[in-house]
Amino acid sequence: MTKTGNNEIYSTEEKALCLSGKGVTKVFGSGDKKCIAVNNVNFKFHEGEFVSIVGESGSGKTTLSKILLGLLNPTDGEIFFKGEPRDISSIKKRKEYWKGTQAIFQDPFSSFNIFNKIDTVLLDCLKMRGVKRSDKQEQVRLMTEACNFVNLKFAELTNKYPFELSGGQMQRLMIARIFLLKPKILIADEPTSMIDACSRATILDMLLKLREEIGMTIIFITHDIGLAYYISDSVYIMEHGKIVESGLADEVILNPKAAYTKRLINDVPKIHEAWDLDTV
Amino acid sequence: MTNTIKQIFHSPKFVVGFCIMAFILLSMIIYPLVNPGNPLEMIGLGSFQKPGTYVSLYDSIDSSSTIFKLPDAENNRISQKLKDEDRIAIMNWLIDYGVSESDINLSDTNSLLDLWWKNYDSSILVEGMTKAKRNYYMRLNKSLESAKRTEEYVVSHTDKELNELETVRTIENTDYVNIQDVANVKRLPLGTDNFGRDVLKELVSACGTSLRIGLIAGAIATLIGLTFGLLAGYVGGIVDDIIMFITNIFTVIPSFVLLLLISYSIGQDQRGASTIALVIGFTSWVWTARAVRAQVISLRKRDHVNLSKLSGHSLIRIIITDILPYIASYVVMAFILQISTAILAEAQLSMLGLGPKTTEVPTLGLMMNWSMLYAAHLNGSWWAYFPVLLTIALISFSLNLMNTGLDQVFNPTLRD
Ligand SMILES: Nc1ncnc2c1ncn2[C@@H]1O[C@H](COP(=O)(O)OP(=O)(O)OP(=O)(O)O)[C@@H](O)[C@H]1O
Ligand SMILES: [Mg+2]
Repeated sequence: MTKTGNNEIYSTEEKALCLSGKGVTKVFGSGDKKCIAVNNVNFKFHEGEFVSIVGESGSGKTTLSKILLGLLNPTDGEIFFKGEPRDISSIKKRKEYWKGTQAIFQDPFSSFNIFNKIDTVLLDCLKMRGVKRSDKQEQVRLMTEACNFVNLKFAELTNKYPFELSGGQMQRLMIARIFLLKPKILIADEPTSMIDACSRATILDMLLKLREEIGMTIIFITHDIGLAYYISDSVYIMEHGKIVESGLADEVILNPKAAYTKRLINDVPKIHEAWDLDTV
Repeated sequence: MTNTIKQIFHSPKFVVGFCIMAFILLSMIIYPLVNPGNPLEMIGLGSFQKPGTYVSLYDSIDSSSTIFKLPDAENNRISQKLKDEDRIAIMNWLIDYGVSESDINLSDTNSLLDLWWKNYDSSILVEGMTKAKRNYYMRLNKSLESAKRTEEYVVSHTDKELNELETVRTIENTDYVNIQDVANVKRLPLGTDNFGRDVLKELVSACGTSLRIGLIAGAIATLIGLTFGLLAGYVGGIVDDIIMFITNIFTVIPSFVLLLLISYSIGQDQRGASTIALVIGFTSWVWTARAVRAQVISLRKRDHVNLSKLSGHSLIRIIITDILPYIASYVVMAFILQISTAILAEAQLSMLGLGPKTTEVPTLGLMMNWSMLYAAHLNGSWWAYFPVLLTIALISFSLNLMNTGLDQVFNPTLRD
């Protein structure tokens, strides 16, 4: 398995392609205020893979994730869905795409509509799954199940407003949402960024549990390369909108080529300890 | 929700504004019940009768009287006739006549009048005095003499058969009637206007019309502005371009000029109060549209909107549930401001004679217009325009105060 000069992709032959992109670029603004958030990026994500996208703040991770979700149109380049060019031009096609592709957003506090009770979020998911509106029992059963999955008590949450929850609870609720929707692709944008180490471990556990259960592809965005190493199959390292290195997690992190990756690794003391233990 | 309302009513600014507005609204409801009738009825024959209580002279003659011996009666009678400017005129006459200035004491009515009675004679020709001035002094002298008189009045009426006068009653200068015994008493707290109409009644009715104009115009402006702002901000693209093009055209032409042109072209006959309200509404939505658009543009990037999209919600649903509630407080404030601007716009239009046609309803602007046309401000009839000005000021003051109060509640950075 080889890797990676700039923007070159490693491949795993045995798994089917799920999302891939070629020359994806996003430019914000124009003239003096021009900002190239994502710069000519290539990637291939396979079904059932746990991919991490790692980069510093402002490196364009969130922008890339919005493009993957179809919430932003790329300025240039093309996205492929299961090998075919992705077509989300009409509202109907977008709805269809979002049935299989879901997200956990970076900031849990702005992810909720503060005027709606949180039940609404879960009920919307049930509606998308086709649970009948009249079937109250089934609704409650499913919502309780989803909440149990993320260690929340549905009875305590029902009828509450988002501002009555903690950041961690909100983030878990977002994962409960994913549990209900069971999408084929999940794009999780720093789902643990606002959460203490203990809750972080549980949340990551939940994500892994979900992957096992549904067999979904997880695109995990983080600035923590140590975390990416432990959790993912492959990693993409992003710097200033470019992907500077990518490949299997072990290969990239234990044997970094790009200077930027080395710097990232050096900034995380934990990695060295783990490395030492492994090599002994 | 209830929490927000509680917070709003804890803002002193809002509460003060709210109380003023409530007072205005209450008087608008209650006053017509106490004093019903057409506010544009011309009850007085003269124009600009001053505020006060008018007692029917005719009826008081028929009323039973009692006698009061009041020590001040005579003095009051004289000083009622002797205004400040008359005193100065008397002093001038006396000086011209040759009385030394040091002998004249303006504030001492008795000594001043003594000098006057002693010296004045209508046949004396003071040098350099115009005829008009001489007539004035003669009139003044006559009225002072009648005030000094102590003989009774005799009221009589003509007996048609005998064709001679029959005495009905003699009136002494110590006779009083109780105002409650007089059949007809008219209270005019703000006097009458140029057409002899009760100003207070007119004012209350005008206040209602103006507020209605404000409400209609404000609602139209807010509705148009909100719709355009939402569409331009949320849908973006070509829709945004078209709406912004229209908005820019409206921004470049000052809305008041547009308002003038439209009102002028409608013509006097077609201009009812509601037409004016419509015209004002259709010319003042621009800044609401701009502000709403700006807010929506920043809102549509938020993740809760993205989440709503991912949940498969339609455009309409996203606008209604994920955008509108976030800008609702802002829209309410814009609406309140629009009401106040619309009331002012009506006043400005009417003062230029381009307001609603004058025969149907009074509006605050029309009342200003009438009192200006008949020069109330020049002849000192303050009651015809000052209460109107005060009402306009109070309405916009209370609306703006409520707005600032709301702003402080909804906009935590402004809270002190
Ligand atoms: N809507 C936008 N308009 C203009 N510039 C934007 C916009 N969104 C992002 N950017 C710019 O694009 C760049 C990348 O932003 P992005 O949010 O993708 O970074 P990120 O990697 O997610 O950072 P973080 O780790 O802090 O979340 C930044 O420089 C940002 O200023
Ligand atoms: Mg980000």
